Parts: sequence; C-alpha cells; structure tokens
Amino acid sequence: MFDFFRDEKIAQKLAERIKRLSDGKHFKLMHVCGTHEQVIAQSGLRDLLPQNLEVISGPGCPVCCTPNSEIDLAIELALKGHLITTFGDMLRVPGSKSSLTKVRVLGGKVKVVYSIQDAIELSKEKKDLEIVHCAIGFETTAPSTAVVILNDAPSNFSIICSHRLIPPAMEALLISGECKIDGFIAPGHVSTIIGSEPYRKMAKEYNRPIVITGFEPIDILYGIFLLLKQIKEKRNNVEIEYTRAVKPEGNLMAIKKMEEVFEICDSNWRGLGNIPKSGLRLKKKFENHDAERKFNLRIEKSSDILPGCICDKILKGLNYPPDCPSFGTRCTPEDPLGACMVSSEGTCSTYFKYADEKK
Amino acid sequence: MCLALPMKVVKIKDKEGTVELGGVKRRANLQLLKDVNIGDYLLIHAGFAIQKLNEKEAEKTLRLLKIL
Repeated sequence: MFDFFRDEKIAQKLAERIKRLSDGKHFKLMHVCGTHEQVIAQSGLRDLLPQNLEVISGPGCPVCCTPNSEIDLAIELALKGHLITTFGDMLRVPGSKSSLTKVRVLGGKVKVVYSIQDAIELSKEKKDLEIVHCAIGFETTAPSTAVVILNDAPSNFSIICSHRLIPPAMEALLISGECKIDGFIAPGHVSTIIGSEPYRKMAKEYNRPIVITGFEPIDILYGIFLLLKQIKEKRNNVEIEYTRAVKPEGNLMAIKKMEEVFEICDSNWRGLGNIPKSGLRLKKKFENHDAERKFNLRIEKSSDILPGCICDKILKGLNYPPDCPSFGTRCTPEDPLGACMVSSEGTCSTYFKYADEKK
Repeated sequence: MCLALPMKVVKIKDKEGTVELGGVKRRANLQLLKDVNIGDYLLIHAGFAIQKLNEKEAEKTLRLLKIL
C-alpha cells in the first residue's frame, strides 16, 4: 500500500506536470523539516525538478535551532555530576566552550536515549542521581514530554525545555522578508499533531500557499505540484497532501496533553534570534521538573554563530551549504564548525553526504 | 528529529504496544492515541505513537495520482 509512494513512473509523471506548471518562471519553495531535506537529497529529487524551481531548506532541524545557551546549561549540569540524557544528534553540537561529547570524555555523565521514556526508566533505577533530559524537538516531540510529566515523573527527573514551535518560525521568516519564498512545503509529522489550522492565518495574511506534505518521494513531488497549482490559480490555502497521516484538527489528545503541561513563551533560535511565542516551557505546577528552576540556573543569551560559519543564513533559507566558504573544508561532519553540519538532519550534513552542488 | 516510521501493531498491553517494521520490533507508548487495534499502522516517533495511518486516505491519494 505505502510502497506506491516511491513509484518511479508516478515520480516521472509528476515531474513532467511540475515542469509544465512552473512554465520556466522562477519559484522558490521552502520546506522546514530535516527529514524532507534528507528524502529530497537521498532520492535526488532536485535532479527531477526544472532549473527554475528552487526547493530550499529552512529552520527544520531542532538540534540546529537550539542555541548554545541551552547546550551550555546541559554541560554545566553534567559538570556538577548530574546525569544528562539526550537524543544522539545533540551530543556533538558545540556549545560556547565545549560539547556534551567532550564533557563525557572528561568523565561527565551523558547518556544517549532513543526515547524520553528511557530517561524516566533511568531516573527510577538511579534514585541517588539527578537525571536531566535535554527535551528538544518541535511539536512532533513535545507531546511525549507532556506524557511523561503527566505520568508522575520521578522527583529526580527534570528537563531542559528546548521545545520549539514551527508556525511562528515560518511566520518570522515571512515577516523579515529576507528570503523570497513563494510557498511552504509544511512538515508532515509536526502537522500530525497540530493539524492545518495553525498555518491558516499566515497563508492568508502573507498570501502564501502552504501544503502539508509527507515524506516519501511521491509525497514531496505531489506537494510541490499542489503548491504550483495554487500559485497558478492565485490561491493561498493550506492544503494537506499527507492525508493518510494528517487530519485538519491534528491529534487532539496530544494537543490537550501539551496544553496541560506547557505554556507558550518567546524563544531564542540559533540563527533566527528571538521569535515571539515560538517556544514551550513547563507550567509553574511542574517547576520541580524544570531544570532551570530546580537548579536555580538561568539560560543566558549566547552568541551562536562562529566566524566562518553561515548556519544563520542556512537556517533562514538565504543560502545553500556550498555557498559557505567553510563547507567541506573547515567544516565537515567529522569536525563540524556549525550545528547544521553536526546533526544528521542538518542541511549542511545532508548536503555533504548526498549532494555537493546546489542542483 | 521529526522522523517517524509507519509500523504495524502486533501486540497491545495496557497503554503500551509492540510495533513491527520489516521484522524489527519496538515498544511504543500508545498514550497519545485512542482506539488502537492490532494490525493498525501507526507513526512511531521517539518511542511514541503519534498518529494512526489511514489506509483509505492513502488509496484516495493513489487514485488521484493515477488520473493526474
């Protein structure tokens, strides 16, 4: 059933329709999901698209968007002897002075987990330790954090809350107007949770079509086709291509749990700066699980882009990785300069692995 | 990070399921979904089922693409 979404003949047919619809005019479409970039690069979809159609990556990788200050906080807590749990990609992201990998080499307790549930189980096993989980991720991941908090998380468990929201970041890009985007390929898995409603106001206000798109090659091509069709027909709607997984109302149960646990706050993004109402923090009644409050530490502002790195421009969709003078020379996945080269879902890392040219 | 894989439910015990993809089995927390049944395809993200996949909708997309 789902194999069909990789059918080569359908892909060719869609590519032909896309070419016809774009009619030689220049269009720039943005996706905001690291997984979209991986599928596009792995399947060589850019080779199927006409030269006049750009598909650029935006702030779609939560690891890349996490500012140094939050990594510094995890490092500080590890150095104090607490056990830090994190998803793998976070390990090597350089903070202001060090990274969690380096701290681990120095004897700091840092453990990679597959799920926040593993961190909970560790907290139950190691009652004499404080377990601090780096809770990163967009709306796709935040509900799982909400579940474990609502399930009476152990008292020695807390989180550094780095959950961020995608629609405010998309809107911030439109407000800045720096990147001329003609339409958004909206993230399918974020949207399984939030549905299509949170994008609607933005589509109308800024006159940009938005298509919520799945992750098979056919999904992405069909999403692009639907965007171009809207542009041609001068419509600015939110459409769902990924109907097998996304309902217009989203996952109401997940939304309810998120609302019970979190409140919306302003948030600082690496490369994008402060974006109003784009972050989540634990409500006061769960403050005993909020590492910042529990250990009386403050997340300070940090300088997030090193000289010679253009991660900020990559995250804003202003440049492609090969435009960076450090790409593939001073900055490689083995020895990364910026966050977008570290995470397996970072745009620079994906380009390094699968493509080294723009198109 | 937002990677989620479609996996088939093979066992359910309370709010935890065993899901399978290509012979690989994993535990999955089912607390974000209602009415999960054995045989359902779920999207699994970081150990949690975040949505049920709708086969009828997939067929609809398939038909739309065939007549494109």
